[in-house]
Amino acid sequence: MIHVTVIDRQQNQKTIQIQETEDSNLMQILKEHNYEMRATCGGMALCADCHCLVLQGFDQLQAPLDQELDTLETRPDAESISRLACQLKASESLDGIRIKLTAYAC
Amino acid sequence: MIDTDICIIGAGPVGLFAVFEAGLLKMRCHLVDALPQVGGQLSEIYPQKPIYDIPGYPSILAQELIENLMEQISPFRPGFTLAERVDSIEKDQAGKFTVLTSEKTLITAKVIVIAGGLGCFEPRKPAISGLEDFEGRGISYFIKDPELFRNKKIVLSGGGDSALDWTIFLAEVASELTLVHRGESFRGAPDSAEKVGQLASEGKIRLLLESQITSVSGNGHLQSVTVAGKTRQDFAFEADHLIPLFGLTPKLGPIASWGLALDKSAIEVRLSDYSTSVEGIYAIGDINTYPGKLKLILSGFHEAALMAQSAFKYVYPQQKLSFKYTTVNGINAF
Ligand SMILES: Cc1cc2nc3c(=O)[nH]c(=O)nc-3n(C[C@H](O)[C@H](O)[C@H](O)COP(=O)(O)OP(=O)(O)OC[C@H]3O[C@@H](n4cnc5c(N)ncnc54)[C@H](O)[C@@H]3O)c2cc1C
Ligand code: FES
Repeated sequence: MIHVTVIDRQQNQKTIQIQETEDSNLMQILKEHNYEMRATCGGMALCADCHCLVLQGFDQLQAPLDQELDTLETRPDAESISRLACQLKASESLDGIRIKLTAYAC
Repeated sequence: MIDTDICIIGAGPVGLFAVFEAGLLKMRCHLVDALPQVGGQLSEIYPQKPIYDIPGYPSILAQELIENLMEQISPFRPGFTLAERVDSIEKDQAGKFTVLTSEKTLITAKVIVIAGGLGCFEPRKPAISGLEDFEGRGISYFIKDPELFRNKKIVLSGGGDSALDWTIFLAEVASELTLVHRGESFRGAPDSAEKVGQLASEGKIRLLLESQITSVSGNGHLQSVTVAGKTRQDFAFEADHLIPLFGLTPKLGPIASWGLALDKSAIEVRLSDYSTSVEGIYAIGDINTYPGKLKLILSGFHEAALMAQSAFKYVYPQQKLSFKYTTVNGINAF
């Protein structure tokens, strides 16, 4: 089991358990766990709706691809620990991370 | 004042195709979109991505689909008002609608079709204290006419391609140009990034990396910008214009205040014809909701066809509508 701690947009923190799945990603998993998650581009790293800050475990994640880095540039509130949840595969590398969801509007 | 049969709000794929379906029934259309170009999400978010579920096209680029739709609707000569947001819709005693845009364009119509997708695309705004006080008074999010910036002190912020491209362009126009970017380098097109670096080392622009604008101030019009950097103290400098260049994101916007029945951020419609809770107003494409709704282009096309039939009966209750295939008579252009 993979554990991910999520701070939602109302600042509530909860740890969810997820399973390693080949074709799923953290954006989809958050949706399945009923987190409010607009995903205009459906997970193609094009809309930045699924932007999150990785407060813990940033360095253990797979490195972002160019498309993700380009799209992160469109978020004025991006930080050095920003990622797009749709680009994080549901794999062991997520175990123990702590993320914070951010507003869509930014 | 523009007068038309159907005013379509939103020129995404579904709004565009609605012109075709209305045109077959000899109804004229005028389209309004907040974006400066047609195509909605396809042109704005994924113009170069292939789409695989448009019937009859094993694969088609999003932008190509929009170009094809423009060609397909051209016989019906739709009118366009682009780069203007529809702010309000009024219905008079006789049932005629008047639409008012952000630039005060007035459009009268017998029927309104809302094909507003996910809402208006609006610029993402950085968290800068005082930002909204100077919008339109030195702060803008688009560059419509670069000549406005001639011999002015300009500050751009952002790190994407558009920030780089405009820096290169405006370096020649502005009296002083500063680019503020939070990163330590640029990820955009290597050629543009190199050119910006060169302009900075030649002293033609000021480049502030690992920096963020924290506040703006002025007296009725923007006068100064304060920047915080990772490695130095906050400092303020003079600026006539600040242009934050981050992308656009859709927001429901004014649609929420038009008195229509909504479910979350979608307009509730009748399944038979996609009419809304206000007679004479229809909603098609991503903006509507009904049991089983799928936000797909092909669903929006189907909705456009049913809407047009119903709109015709609403406008011409006395006329008989006989259903015909396009293969029977072809397209009768206006
Ligand atoms: C990355 C991505 C991939 C996709 N892939 C597919 C796919 O493979 N197949 C598929 O079928 N669908 C796909 N979609 C979904 C598809 O793009 C949408 O279903 C489609 O764009 C809906 O069209 P629309 O005309 O209803 O709305 P939109 O395309 O959203 O256009 C609505 C327009 O209305 C304008 N507007 C809104 N409010 C106002 C106002 N008040 N005043 C003026 N203008 C206004 C907006 O500016 C916008 O231009 C994808 C979407 C994305 C983002
Ligand atoms: S869902 Fe669009 S960028 Fe992740």
